[in-house]
Amino acid sequence: MPEKQYFFDKPKNVNRVLYGFYVICGLLVIADFIVHRHIGLDWERIPAFYAMYGFVACVLLVVLAKLMRKLVMRKEDYYDE
Amino acid sequence: MMSELPPFLIFFAAALLVLLVRGQLSKLFLLAAPILTGLHIWMNIQIGDAFTYSLLNLELQFLRVDKLSLLFAYLFCIASLIATIYAIHVDDLKQQLAALLYAGSAIGAVFAGDLLTLFIFWELLAISSVFFIWARGTEKALKAGIRYLIFQITSGVFLLAGALVYFKTTGSLSFNHIGLGNTAGWLIMIAFGIKSAFPFLHTWLTDGYPEATVTGTVFLSAFTTKVAVYALARGFAGEEILVYIGVTMACFPIFYAVIENDLRKVLAYSLINQVGFMITGIGIGTALALNGAVAHAFSDVIFKGLLFMSMGAVLHRVGHVNGSDLGGLYKTMPKTAALCIVGALSISAFPLFSGFVSKSMVMTAMMQEHYDYLWLLMLFASAGVFHHAGIKIPYFAFFAHDSHLRPQEAPRNMLLAMSLAAFLCIFIGSQPQFLYAMLPMPVEYWPYDVTHVLAQLQLLFFSAMAFVWLNKVGIYPPELRSVNVDAEWFYRKLLPVSARNVIMTLSDDKAYIKSSITNTFNRLRNGFSQMSIARYHLSESWPTGSMVVWISVILAAYLLLDSFVYKTIQ
Repeated sequence: MPEKQYFFDKPKNVNRVLYGFYVICGLLVIADFIVHRHIGLDWERIPAFYAMYGFVACVLLVVLAKLMRKLVMRKEDYYDE
Repeated sequence: MMSELPPFLIFFAAALLVLLVRGQLSKLFLLAAPILTGLHIWMNIQIGDAFTYSLLNLELQFLRVDKLSLLFAYLFCIASLIATIYAIHVDDLKQQLAALLYAGSAIGAVFAGDLLTLFIFWELLAISSVFFIWARGTEKALKAGIRYLIFQITSGVFLLAGALVYFKTTGSLSFNHIGLGNTAGWLIMIAFGIKSAFPFLHTWLTDGYPEATVTGTVFLSAFTTKVAVYALARGFAGEEILVYIGVTMACFPIFYAVIENDLRKVLAYSLINQVGFMITGIGIGTALALNGAVAHAFSDVIFKGLLFMSMGAVLHRVGHVNGSDLGGLYKTMPKTAALCIVGALSISAFPLFSGFVSKSMVMTAMMQEHYDYLWLLMLFASAGVFHHAGIKIPYFAFFAHDSHLRPQEAPRNMLLAMSLAAFLCIFIGSQPQFLYAMLPMPVEYWPYDVTHVLAQLQLLFFSAMAFVWLNKVGIYPPELRSVNVDAEWFYRKLLPVSARNVIMTLSDDKAYIKSSITNTFNRLRNGFSQMSIARYHLSESWPTGSMVVWISVILAAYLLLDSFVYKTIQ
């Protein structure tokens, strides 16, 4: 008996979710130019500052963490030896 | 009269009753303790109430009530009720007693008016909580529990030492603002620092929590660190060093969280990261920052509890929580998955969820006090939280690649507990005025304006975008079965290995010295035996038998002398 198909088993559904996500991201950046923001720190004057910062921060985080693996990763039984 | 009853006593009485009765009745007491305590505080206890007792010549305080202690007491009642429902199926008497004593001690600690009373509950917290780790029953858990206990007891020793020095310097034990002006302040700060998992003192948490039982970790995550946050807020508000410690705590664990495989350990790291936001708020010390720190403790207990509960449900059904071997569980555990996502959105500070209304107070306070660069680091930490706790936890457990595991949905009591927590996350997030009204300082802050919501949404959506992109291009590090070396390396590897090396070196030296002495002695003896005098040497080369013969000869001679010569003389 073939197993029941679940929502994310269909690539079409995965793509739908992703496209929805991209559209929201786009709208958020556009909103940045429409909405009048009040500014607390100078950095916030940069258009779409938070969007760029969030993206760069996470890429940096993952790349650094991946490099960190070389330094700190050991076998599962490292402390038991 | 009733208002003088210290609330922790209800928990301790319930513990006694649970000890006396067996079976389902004990579950009634378990559930009644947090509910009755909450009602007792609500109806009978007002700000300004006190209950003092004397010990020797000291006036000590079991009950000192102000807005700060009240907020934490309510929080602990809620947390204890939710965790108890989650754990109601557990029939282990040890864990039931631990739950009551642990939660009761936390409530006792936040109402303690002096350092000695605080110390008593501080130690009770340590001793009762370790049973959640030991109850797992594995050798690994046993060892982790011992390490956990050593840290906790050490914290107690610092607190007691600090309290005594404080008494000597100020002549008082009352627990109010302490500050870092003298030795006592530093000692007490270290005590609080260990329990709130300052960098390098944090490994008891990441080591112990993932080893505890399914339900035990839910209790553990709620109390110990939050009691420490409460104590720091009362004793050390406005100490600038806490800002730097807090920022470090918010930043470094997220790197570990990204590469960690055990999803409960990921949550343990993100717990430190969230406590970092609270410590920073305490360090800034303005009314907004302090309110933010305390409010964030409130939301954190609930959403972190929710996340630990969802991973606990997975552990309960699957038997492990290794990201490398999970995935696709949404198919058979959809409710747990949905509830986990509520927790994930709350910890990530999504608008309308609880993290948003509390964390933003700390961030705004940083901005107001012009910690510009530190603010950037905290923004980095905020994006990182979403990345590792908000996305990684639900994604690798419930989605990602199909692990072909088809576990059952979580048990009903677990779903109920998680639903309660999820409801509170959304309620606090969408109706923050109720939480704000409970905060220690007057609140003139409202998180929902267009700028703030837009900024936060951009930050979060583009952090998610980074996750999608990194996965698409294959940069995202796969989950690997591994251990990542942290500060515990110093005492779990460096110390044992050095100790072993020292012992090996010493025993080598001992063998060398022993053999060289023996050799010298042998050489001397050989030299001696080759000398002519050695021929008259009786014991060495002749057989024992010959010596016996000689002795008999001598004795016989004495006998003869005795019987003939002696008589002749007479």
